[in-house]
Amino acid sequence: MKSKYPGKLLPLLFLAPTLIVSVLFLYYPAGMSFRLSLYKTLFMGRKKVFNGLGNFVDLFTSPKFHAVVGKSFIFSFSVVVGGLVIGLGIALLANRKVRGARFYRTGLIWPYALSPAIAGTIWLFLFNPNTGMLTYVMEVLFGVQPDWLASGPLSMFMVIVAATWKNLGYNIIFFLAGLQNVPGEFLEAADVDGANVFQKFWHITLPLLSPTIFFLVVMNMIYSFFRTFALIDIMTKGGPAGATNIMIFNLYRDAFQYFRSGIAASQSLLLFVLVSILTLIQFKTSGRGVYYGG
Amino acid sequence: MVSPKTRDKLATFFTHVALILLVLLIASPIIFALIASTQSTSTILNYPPQFFPGNAIVRNFTVAWTQYNLGRLMLNSTIIAIAVTVGKTIISIFAATALVYFDFPFKSLIFVIILLTLLLPVPVRIVSLFELINNLGLADTYYAMIFPFFASATGTFLFRQHFQSIPESLTDAARVDGAGPIRFMTQILVPMSMNTIGALAVIQFIYMWNQYLWPLIIMQSDNKQVIQLGLKMLTGSGRAGVKPWGPAMAGSIIAMLPPLIIFLLLQEQFMKGFALKEEK
Repeated sequence: MKSKYPGKLLPLLFLAPTLIVSVLFLYYPAGMSFRLSLYKTLFMGRKKVFNGLGNFVDLFTSPKFHAVVGKSFIFSFSVVVGGLVIGLGIALLANRKVRGARFYRTGLIWPYALSPAIAGTIWLFLFNPNTGMLTYVMEVLFGVQPDWLASGPLSMFMVIVAATWKNLGYNIIFFLAGLQNVPGEFLEAADVDGANVFQKFWHITLPLLSPTIFFLVVMNMIYSFFRTFALIDIMTKGGPAGATNIMIFNLYRDAFQYFRSGIAASQSLLLFVLVSILTLIQFKTSGRGVYYGG
Repeated sequence: MVSPKTRDKLATFFTHVALILLVLLIASPIIFALIASTQSTSTILNYPPQFFPGNAIVRNFTVAWTQYNLGRLMLNSTIIAIAVTVGKTIISIFAATALVYFDFPFKSLIFVIILLTLLLPVPVRIVSLFELINNLGLADTYYAMIFPFFASATGTFLFRQHFQSIPESLTDAARVDGAGPIRFMTQILVPMSMNTIGALAVIQFIYMWNQYLWPLIIMQSDNKQVIQLGLKMLTGSGRAGVKPWGPAMAGSIIAMLPPLIIFLLLQEQFMKGFALKEEK
């Protein structure tokens, strides 16, 4: 127990900026959005009519929205699994005690600083049908010249690759941190017992890493649902024919291109439920300070 | 049969080889971008692609910087990212000090209120935030990019956690000397929190620098736009396939430099103050 300074007013003064900004720019607009989710917007947003849960009924019964949710989960699932498997593999190698380990670590994690927009721009260039290096590599290796942007599945693959690459640094950082909590004695004891590399990984490293894996699953889901808007906007704009139209992109379109703010707000509420569930799981299981950058 | 020593040496050798290959593989998109940023449009449009640097580097960077106005956008992003990073850090140090070194009514409730803002990322409140900022007359101003980002649950949480871990023996001495709360904060707490401050600076600067969706809708004048949207202008211009790829790659390189430099400079603080925090 810390000894405290006296005074009741001063601490509230200290907290005032955080609280004012939180209420004015976070709680109030969120509340207004939730209210708006019960309204239907007509005439390009000029008229609002109370619609009860009508927007949600519309969303849940719309095949178009089902497709959006489906695309979101395919995208998210691939980014989470790809990012975690590759990230863990790289972290295991980078965790070996070799000379220059620090240099390697930096060389592996620095894309963390890059934005989804930059990742999108560069990967769009690499995948470009006419000139892209990856198109060329595909031709040399497999004799095909795929038109990535024209095909739905290929476009999905393209944005998954870009999104996974962009978040790899983040995953490696936390896997390396998690690996530091694996006590060397355990592994040495296993060595004495004659365990091989895979047995050690499966029976010692992986179980001890499970809190990190859990944390990263949640953070990667939040990343893929909320942070990849720029990447989609620059690479595919949700296309072709909605093949990469994930929830955040659909929400943006409804709100700011079609001016259907009511139904957009309903989608915001669905995203809120999603982020709440993910955060709750994350708090219950690890208690680590969550970071969204917020 | 190979001796254990030789086996260890071989394992180390292959670890080095694998790590070097991985570093190159992760960097390869950027390497290709760097190469393309030196090539003229006609070289880039050649098929098969040329893997050697060209002679259009100056032209590409100049076109990106002046014709696409990236110089101005860089300035805007810098102002916004620094303002938010500094503001957030100061505000969260104050909040965490109040939460750790004072007692007052509804303390836990207030902490929960701050913490629950984590559930409200921009997409959750974007429709109404857009209306609010418009009604306040702040649309298309730097304020629209700064104020809504000032509150920081992450910052408050990290500083609170760090302050709680500072041994009382260290902080009590200062208070016996009669240091008031403000002096205590600036002269004792802040110097003892450099890793946390560094970590938070990295996180927040990168977070702000990389904002895209919010500036896309709230900033209308080209002159006030942020650098990420400059990339949208670059990739959005030209016909499909015949986009100004050279300047676009040059623009990507320009846009990634500030956050990358900050990350590399503060990497140790970032790892110590954030990622490597032991779980408690």
